[in-house]
Amino acid sequence: MGASQQFCTFFLDGHVFGTPVPKVQEVILHQEMTRVPLAPDVVSGLINLRGQIVSAIDLRRRLGLPERPEGQLPMNVVVRTSDGAVSLLVDEIGDVIEVEEETLESPPETLQGFAREVVRGVYKLSGRLLLALDIDRVVDLRDLEKSKAGREF
Amino acid sequence: MDEIVKDFLIESGENLDRLDQELVKLESEPSSKELLAGIFRTIHTIKGSCGFLGFKRLEKVAHAGESLLSRLRDGELTLNAEITSGLLAMVDAVRSMLGKIRETEQDGEDEYGELIARLGELQGKEESAKAGGAEQSAAAARKEGATSTGKTAGGDGPDPTKIGGVLIERGHVRPEDLASALEAQELGRRKIGEILVAQGAARPEDVLAAQQAVQSRNPEAAAETIRVGVNLLDRLMNLVGELVLARNQLLQFSNSTQDAGFQAVSQRMNLIATELQEEVMKTRMQPIGNVWNKFPRTVRDLALGCGKDVRLEMEGQDTELDRTIIEAIKDPLTHLVRNCVDHGIEAPETRKQVGKPVTGVLKLRAFHEGGQVNIEITDDGAGLNVARIREKAIERGVISAQQAGRMSDRDIFNLIFLPGFSTAEKVTNVSGRGVGMDVVKTNVEKIGGTVDVQSTAGRGTTVKIKIPLTLAIIPALMVTSGGERFAIPQVSLLELVRLEAGDSGKGIEMVQGAPVHRLRGRLLPLVHLDRELQLHIGGNKKKAEGPTNIVVVQADGREFGLVVDEITDTEEIVVKPMGKQLKGISAYSGATIMGDGRVALILDILGLAQRAQVISEAREAALAEKDEAGKKEEAGTRRQALLLVQCGEQGRMAIPLALVSRLEEFPATAIEMAGAQEVTQYRGNIMPLIRLSRVFASSGKESTVASQDGRLQVVVYSEAGRSVGLVVDRIVDIVDETLTVQNPAERKGVLGSSVIQRRVTDLLDVPGVVREVIPGFAESAARL
Repeated sequence: MGASQQFCTFFLDGHVFGTPVPKVQEVILHQEMTRVPLAPDVVSGLINLRGQIVSAIDLRRRLGLPERPEGQLPMNVVVRTSDGAVSLLVDEIGDVIEVEEETLESPPETLQGFAREVVRGVYKLSGRLLLALDIDRVVDLRDLEKSKAGREF
Repeated sequence: MDEIVKDFLIESGENLDRLDQELVKLESEPSSKELLAGIFRTIHTIKGSCGFLGFKRLEKVAHAGESLLSRLRDGELTLNAEITSGLLAMVDAVRSMLGKIRETEQDGEDEYGELIARLGELQGKEESAKAGGAEQSAAAARKEGATSTGKTAGGDGPDPTKIGGVLIERGHVRPEDLASALEAQELGRRKIGEILVAQGAARPEDVLAAQQAVQSRNPEAAAETIRVGVNLLDRLMNLVGELVLARNQLLQFSNSTQDAGFQAVSQRMNLIATELQEEVMKTRMQPIGNVWNKFPRTVRDLALGCGKDVRLEMEGQDTELDRTIIEAIKDPLTHLVRNCVDHGIEAPETRKQVGKPVTGVLKLRAFHEGGQVNIEITDDGAGLNVARIREKAIERGVISAQQAGRMSDRDIFNLIFLPGFSTAEKVTNVSGRGVGMDVVKTNVEKIGGTVDVQSTAGRGTTVKIKIPLTLAIIPALMVTSGGERFAIPQVSLLELVRLEAGDSGKGIEMVQGAPVHRLRGRLLPLVHLDRELQLHIGGNKKKAEGPTNIVVVQADGREFGLVVDEITDTEEIVVKPMGKQLKGISAYSGATIMGDGRVALILDILGLAQRAQVISEAREAALAEKDEAGKKEEAGTRRQALLLVQCGEQGRMAIPLALVSRLEEFPATAIEMAGAQEVTQYRGNIMPLIRLSRVFASSGKESTVASQDGRLQVVVYSEAGRSVGLVVDRIVDIVDETLTVQNPAERKGVLGSSVIQRRVTDLLDVPGVVREVIPGFAESAARL
């Protein structure tokens, strides 16, 4: 019997993504956001989480997935990171799923670009694949700054 | 760690800081018995506590210092620089050992044998010099004697600030009983009063009375203070921040309801929250003296190191600042102080040659002004060399020769804050490597402060630092642009300008493709906030032509105008940090939560200015050229600000606003007579008054309008440091007009007439009138 782990799952463009439950602080409905001009595209804005100011990162944009259809409101998955709470905008929230460590496999070839870098691996569920995200890599936007800096100067 | 050890560390740390200061002070007044006794007591306490706690090495070092001190106290030695250095080295050793104890709970491996030997030698050397080779053993014996008496109260004499001292003084306790009680106290941590009572040497009521006497004698001891962790204060501050936000939300809500009871409660809540905020803020305030305390030592060591003679003067040590700010200015201040000693103040010989006192003076001054704290660091040294800085700046390509010629001395001085800029002839280990001044500037600006430097060749240099009192809660102006709300910190705010719809076209001009506004004759570069922040990418087109709102701000000593859509309100906002994801954007200094619960960004004016390159040198130069051209163009038909006044028969008169230093109102009773001249007391001086209506009255009869309500409207004009008051009937208006002077100088005191606001108005010849009435005005000023 191998080690098992609980994953909080969510949907993005039809894919199932997940992150270990202890990483997730809370899940909240769509919040009004304050746009941050000049910020990288992936930062949708700032939300007021009970007096704390939290950046909201659009996971679709961050992973290079197509834009969310207009009129569909995202949900916030607030995750704990070394730099405090960060909100990840997802299409919809899924169940908490228990996965066996030994079913972890490397990401499929169909996953391209940055998504491939931040997906630690894939868990096979019955009939579906769960893509495990490396949250710390996702919220670290330094890779964007570098490429942006390259363009600007 | 043991509570006792913790207490010992905290207490000893404070004591050591005080020792540093006291030793340096003692050097300047070596005969002060009081200082010496204080120093001796401090070291003695440390020594005693370490013996008790089992820090043997530390005890040895402290003991060596104590022995030396006891001989100083007994007058067997006189203090010199060498001994002071030795004692300071001992303080350093103790400090480093305390650091070790904090980390490892042990007093380290270092025995400090060398230092102990040095301290021993210092005792011996002076001795042999004085007594002509007295034997070392004898000195040692006496030393032992001195320390043992130091342990008993008898050696110190009854100390009236201690309970034991009071009891002896009153004859309630015999000195020998006290001595034995003190010895008992060294063994266990009990109160002296308890021991005395237990030993039957004193009656409890006498001890209580003595305790009260002690408390009334030293109020510091009686002050009810407790130690509170800084973390707790920070948490309190955060909570108060939250409360202020909730209060703002509540107020917004209460304004929209009609419930009088609810409104009353929210008003009360508002007041309480404000008061609470102020009080909590105070708990985090610390006197700036906490940072300055180490400067006497720094200055002494440094001055000794470079062979200079420097006296440090401090003023306003108790000026209070938020502790986060105290932390932030520690390093910049230290750097500036070191700089002054190293570069500012000249070597003694040089000072003598130029006829200055040999001892240089370094002065630190702190005071509150306009909600900000001002810190000035002044030295009476050689001053900055303008020519050299200019030369160096051109050589480094920082400015062009042409620019250099145009820059004022003040602007030149401020070049020293540029990175990598140093004019020091030789690099010392202290300064001169060109790192530092730029760091000083960036550190001060990081906390919303400004630095300015003023200098007079041969007379000295003053660095002025202005910093806000606190960073956590700041007043800010709320504006909107492109549909978003932003907060502009009040400290960077200068004024608000509104151009009405019709005017906005002519109010904004273009210089090399960049928009500017002519504000009172000066060109103000403009930044459109929406364009700068790329707020219209989404395609929402420019709104219909309306009034233009310009927020005039300053960053880095330069002014510019921020064009925004709307100016809403001023509000106390709580500064909150933003996530790492947004740290790289220099346009914001943080974010805040508004009354409606939404987040608003706080603009970083300096970052924004740099982003917009509105304060770049090239822009400056272009503006200056345009300004020059503009001035030439205007020379014929000058547009200037005029003060319109009403006076007597003469009617309306115009005075160029540039000549007006102030407008004042005096009660008629404030007029006194000096000879035939009416005068009044103004700012500690006697200011002559000239009634314009009398000057221009054709028949000599005087208008009585002025005195009807018993108050005089006075336009103050100053020249060469002297002021004169022009009494008018009424101040009418201030207008910005193009002056076309006609029929010049028909009468005395009038330059000519012009049409202002469609009425013919005489232009007053202010200097002429003043000289007409007080013939010796300028001359006497020149003499004075």
